[in-house]
Amino acid sequence: MTAADIAAPRRRFRIGARALPYLLSLPALLVCIAILIPFGTAIYYSLQRFRLSQPWARQMNWGENYLNLFTDPAFWNTVQVSLTYAALTVGLELCLGLGIALLLQKRTRLNNFVSIMLLLPLMTAPALAALMWKLMTNPNFGVLSWLASLMGFPDFRWASSPDTALLTVVLVDIWVYTPFIMILLLAGLRSLPTQPFEAAALDGVPRSFVFWRITLPMLTPYILTASLFRLLDSIQQFDIIYAMTQGGPGDTLLVFQVEAYLNFFQSTNVGRSAALMIILWAITYVLSSIFIKNWLRLRERARGEA
Amino acid sequence: MLEKERDLVGAFMRGQLSRRDLVRGLGALGVSAASANALIGMATSRALAADFDWKKHAGTGVKLLLNKHPYADAMIANLESFKALTGMEVTYDVFPEDVYFDKVTAALASGSSEYDAFMTGAYMTWTYGPAGWITDLNEWINDPAKTAPNYAWEDMLPGLRASTAWNGVPGGALGSADAKQWCLPWGYEMNNLTYNRDMLAKAGVAVPTNMGELTEAAAKLTKDIDGAYGVGVRGSRSWATIHPGFLSAYANFGQKDLNVSADGKLSAAMNTSESKAFHAQWVKMIQESGPKDWSTYTWYQVGTDLGAGASAMIFDADILGYFMNGGDNAMAGKLGYAPFAANPAAAAPTPNVWIWSLAMATASQKKDAAWYFLQWATGAEHGLFGASKMDFVNPVRQSVWSDEGFRARLENSYPGYVNQHDVSAPGAKIYFTAQPLFFDLTTEWAASLQQMVAGQVPVDEGLDKLAASVDRQLKEAGLG
Repeated sequence: MTAADIAAPRRRFRIGARALPYLLSLPALLVCIAILIPFGTAIYYSLQRFRLSQPWARQMNWGENYLNLFTDPAFWNTVQVSLTYAALTVGLELCLGLGIALLLQKRTRLNNFVSIMLLLPLMTAPALAALMWKLMTNPNFGVLSWLASLMGFPDFRWASSPDTALLTVVLVDIWVYTPFIMILLLAGLRSLPTQPFEAAALDGVPRSFVFWRITLPMLTPYILTASLFRLLDSIQQFDIIYAMTQGGPGDTLLVFQVEAYLNFFQSTNVGRSAALMIILWAITYVLSSIFIKNWLRLRERARGEA
Repeated sequence: MLEKERDLVGAFMRGQLSRRDLVRGLGALGVSAASANALIGMATSRALAADFDWKKHAGTGVKLLLNKHPYADAMIANLESFKALTGMEVTYDVFPEDVYFDKVTAALASGSSEYDAFMTGAYMTWTYGPAGWITDLNEWINDPAKTAPNYAWEDMLPGLRASTAWNGVPGGALGSADAKQWCLPWGYEMNNLTYNRDMLAKAGVAVPTNMGELTEAAAKLTKDIDGAYGVGVRGSRSWATIHPGFLSAYANFGQKDLNVSADGKLSAAMNTSESKAFHAQWVKMIQESGPKDWSTYTWYQVGTDLGAGASAMIFDADILGYFMNGGDNAMAGKLGYAPFAANPAAAAPTPNVWIWSLAMATASQKKDAAWYFLQWATGAEHGLFGASKMDFVNPVRQSVWSDEGFRARLENSYPGYVNQHDVSAPGAKIYFTAQPLFFDLTTEWAASLQQMVAGQVPVDEGLDKLAASVDRQLKEAGLG
């Protein structure tokens, strides 16, 4: 080692205090860019007559795709089916998830074990769950068809009939996603303060009154959060429906994502597909805004009461 | 090679001896079947190489995008002979059919040069061609410097050559003089009847020869055969429901999907009174004698039901019946085949065809080398190898269909198959109007059919609605 080495200490890379915030926020900024660029591109495409199979006809049509959609009865069917599917799945999963969470609320070994076991469907890819249900509802050898025949419905058509197709895919969705709601609400229930419940027990308040007036209001923020997550997911449903019926029979299950997928990959109609996605984004935005506004209002009220 | 063996192989190469006779002759000389095949392979490679520089692209590699299919399996099994012939390297990716065309669309739309050639259906080229993703192969077919003299393009069945060529004009006739050859036919399917011989005999039902008889026979079979329904046809909400049996029968009544006006404008043609009558009969047949969950049926369910004995007949791809008659299917060896002209007044069947074809990507950087692969893979030699040794049916070349060994093999194991082919092949072609909205309109057609079968809408009203929607879409796209 020479004297020079000792004299020159190792220079450390230093980040200026001004640059640090930018550097720390860079990953988040990059993610935002990666979202905003496709979003902007989708808006741009949605304003074009753009079909890959007709490159010569590509031109800006400034909203004609939207106009065509709004005047097409099939589009309104898609809106109706998507919203019905989302409302049914979220509503039913909420009721069932809450019921199961209430049953498992008490911390016992059995309840803990069951709550973990009930998460199994969440580990199954929805498309695989749909294929599994497709086999179970097969009229020749499906176990559910057999059970239906025992119950006096020998000709129950499940997903292949327009009368029962929605019910069938909703059942699959419930099977896959109810555990998600259950686990969120269970966590909420177990984190509620015990004093109000103890006070109600001392006063001999009926259990139904406790549920409606204490449990449910205190659990509402959790219910709203779980509903929001599920709603966002459910309104974008693709895999279960596509794997089971490809949107049929007829247009019974032609939800947004299936319609957009078919428009892009099968028809190569980029403009229409992008317009559908932008409309779905707008619907999702409005619904989430409503949820978040209510969630904030509840929080404010809780603070005010405190 | 000994002199006698050489003479035999020489006679085979000159066309004086069938492949079967050659193998038999070599066997008599003590040559094992495997060695005989190797000898034939070597000899044919030499013959192929005789007047053409197959080694021109030696050392070059081409990459293929393939669908998981017996045609691809047959090609892969014979790939070593191509490599030996050309000194080229071939790599490939194989995807299951469920995702295959999404992969193709993504690869082509991105302009990627990863894949030089790929499997496609003729209908898909109505999108890929005008989009500029694939190349007009006439440039190579007509260039003697790039195409071996014995390639024999004219040997391809004429209906298939025409069906894979389109001028790109919406409504333009397939195979017209100005048509571009977007792909090369590789293997194809006609839509005819495959039936369970035991079930028909048990029910005392004769093989139906027209739509009325088919409807009656299917109803009787549904009633008389325990655990089986009468006739399997596709029903999923997809264009693939329309193109097989349905369109073959529809075309047999002289009906078409679209009208093309003198000024080239397109309009819906599926709500004529004849079309309505046909649809009503088709819907009745499914309601009375189709599978219970018909609206979810793809080719897979149609085929496996027949193979498992859950259906007595199918009106679908003949090769589906072919495959269900072998392997470990419960009904293997019990199936029969028949040509089917739905219209009692029609002179012959009019099977609409599905043609697995090979196309070349415009973005390929090795087009000439890729062409060497394409001409080998669609050549008569590989066609005969695949048809004789593998399950490369239906071959697209007349010379393969004329091969005695191949015909005998089919006759022995697939009764009626050769006859159904020979009777139907002259009328086999694509009966759709070539235009870029093909998938949109046929998928909607399938959805309408589902509504009619489910009783959601009467046939007449359903077809009128469908026609109005088709016209609206054509107008929106600037085609109507």
